[in-house]
Amino acid sequence: MIAAIIVNTLTLTVRFAVALLIASLGEMYNQKAGIFNLGCEGIMSMGAFLGMLIPFAIGGAGEVPGYVNIMGLVAGTACGALMGLLFGIVVITFRAPQGIAGIGMQMFGVGLAGTFFRSYIGGSQSITGINATAIPVISKIPVIGEILFTHNAVVYFAYLMIPVCYYVMFKSPWGLHVRAVGTHPRAADSLGINVNRVRYESLVVGGAMAGFAGAFLTLCQAKMFTAGIIGGRGFIAVALVYFGQWHPIKIFLGALLFTFAQSLQTQIQIFVPQFQYYEFLTMLPYILVIVVLAFNRKSNRFGPAALGRPFNREMRV
Amino acid sequence: MNNYKLWYKVAVILAAIIVALFIGSVIIIAVGGNVVTTYWIILSMPFKNLRSICEVLTRMIPLMIIALGICVSSRCGINNIGAEGQMYMGVVASCAVAFATAGMPRMVAIPLCILAGAVAGGLYGFVPGFLKAKLEVSELLSTVMLNYVATQFYLFCIRVPLLDPQEKTGTPMSARLPDSASLHKFFRGASLHQGIILALALAVLVYILLFKTTWGYKMRAAGASSRAARYGGINVSKYLIIAMIISGACAGMAGSVELMGVQGRAMSGITSGYGFSGIVVALFGGLHPILVIPAAFCFGILLYSQVNLQILTAVPPNLVQTLQGAIILIIVSVQMVINNPYTEDRFRRRFFARAKREAR
Repeated sequence: MIAAIIVNTLTLTVRFAVALLIASLGEMYNQKAGIFNLGCEGIMSMGAFLGMLIPFAIGGAGEVPGYVNIMGLVAGTACGALMGLLFGIVVITFRAPQGIAGIGMQMFGVGLAGTFFRSYIGGSQSITGINATAIPVISKIPVIGEILFTHNAVVYFAYLMIPVCYYVMFKSPWGLHVRAVGTHPRAADSLGINVNRVRYESLVVGGAMAGFAGAFLTLCQAKMFTAGIIGGRGFIAVALVYFGQWHPIKIFLGALLFTFAQSLQTQIQIFVPQFQYYEFLTMLPYILVIVVLAFNRKSNRFGPAALGRPFNREMRV
Repeated sequence: MNNYKLWYKVAVILAAIIVALFIGSVIIIAVGGNVVTTYWIILSMPFKNLRSICEVLTRMIPLMIIALGICVSSRCGINNIGAEGQMYMGVVASCAVAFATAGMPRMVAIPLCILAGAVAGGLYGFVPGFLKAKLEVSELLSTVMLNYVATQFYLFCIRVPLLDPQEKTGTPMSARLPDSASLHKFFRGASLHQGIILALALAVLVYILLFKTTWGYKMRAAGASSRAARYGGINVSKYLIIAMIISGACAGMAGSVELMGVQGRAMSGITSGYGFSGIVVALFGGLHPILVIPAAFCFGILLYSQVNLQILTAVPPNLVQTLQGAIILIIVSVQMVINNPYTEDRFRRRFFARAKREAR
């Protein structure tokens, strides 16, 4: 039984870490550009809703062709990009305080998704979604095969995003601009980089990734939508960026650790029903985040220096 | 010139209201509702009779108490978005104390229960305050994480230690509170309970604290510019912690009042989002304890409309949450526009240039 728990937990971890991972990587772009986007949860909600709506509108609960599911993912991504743009208008153009604006964005997104869900889909409906397919041959390898190679294509695509994000952030000119804008916007401005434009771009990219993560949740993980489907993953994604010290690889490890704790808890609930205190297991990852943030003060040094500060060219220094 | 400034502000606020209504209308049309009817239901139904006004006032109580706490913390420069969790802690503590004090006179039991809620909420507010002041942990992250921790703790409490012994269906909820710990209603058949006295008294107290005491002055100084305050000899981190404790205590009291006056027993979802709505109320009231009272009334109307929307229209009640989010986004943007002298100056020049041209 122990072996079953471990294998199941690890398999679930690999699959469920994706939503957190992608959202966190998107948030990393926002924060590296100096924008603290606490509205991630709302953006993910809208992405999740669209990921559900499109397959449901076309095929109902029945089987739909694969491209419809892909359309759901794309629609979620596009909607996330739009929401990122909206957030940009508030915090970049109007220079609103980002923490509170983020909470507003979260309520707006979650509420909007809930509103549309109630009137377009109604009760709890489910979709077929994108199902896991075992890769032939290599999925037969004992233990490792099941853990790593029994997922759907989107999961592999998501893991491919880690090196891509790393490359874009640290090796491409645009990534350099993003980092410059988040570290010292005034210097970047004097070198001819359009600070607000780069920040907008990073918000669109980050929003798109959050939307994708949301759509992944409905299409590949839950196969249904409820108003609280994100369940705080958006906030955790924001915390994971701190946790991972604004570095894609460390964020990935953080996402794995966090999802592992969550999956372990669901497995314990299934396999050891007599265990009474499972709420405390659920708390554990959240407490872990706080403890790591508290005792790893050094990590603030890795953070973008201008994080959370709106850029105003006309302001005196 | 002053006249112009006033008109500028009025124009910006009007524009903001129009934007808010427009966003609401777009959403209502998108879900196939009737815009005029929906707004009419939101605005008129609360004033139909005494009962409905009482419903609004009942919702106003926790909103107001939480918003007062958020006024204190925000004025001190720390964003408390953990009111939801602090409220849960308050509910747990006062529920436990309510059963412990069963049989005591009401004059003793009720203050004890509310005090327990305040202490629990305050302690739960102390954690992020301490983490922020001493360990530089962003309060935005720690409070959100603590919300989830508190939710889980609360679920555990109502499932195991506080579970109703008579509950056989397995629904996690506590037993009905003893009469010694329930706040009485003012009118028969209407929901308004004595908690509103506490809420109004707290508003005055918080006003005095913020604007008439040294503590309040130092807190506001720390919030306006922490570096200048530190230079002026104010122990900023101490006041950050105090502000968070007060903020948490308010949220905790909101929890106890909601438990003792409305629900009568601890069950899941007792906070019903008040923690986040309280932020909107505090912002809407301009972070001023007295202005929070009318602001809470406005949002009481909005929250009460959730009930009517569900019964009378096809518009889902989640619309209210969406509107709250949109209102936050609009308020924070509008504040920046109003407080930005450059933008105002630009508008003024454009405005007067046109006036001159027309005069010629």
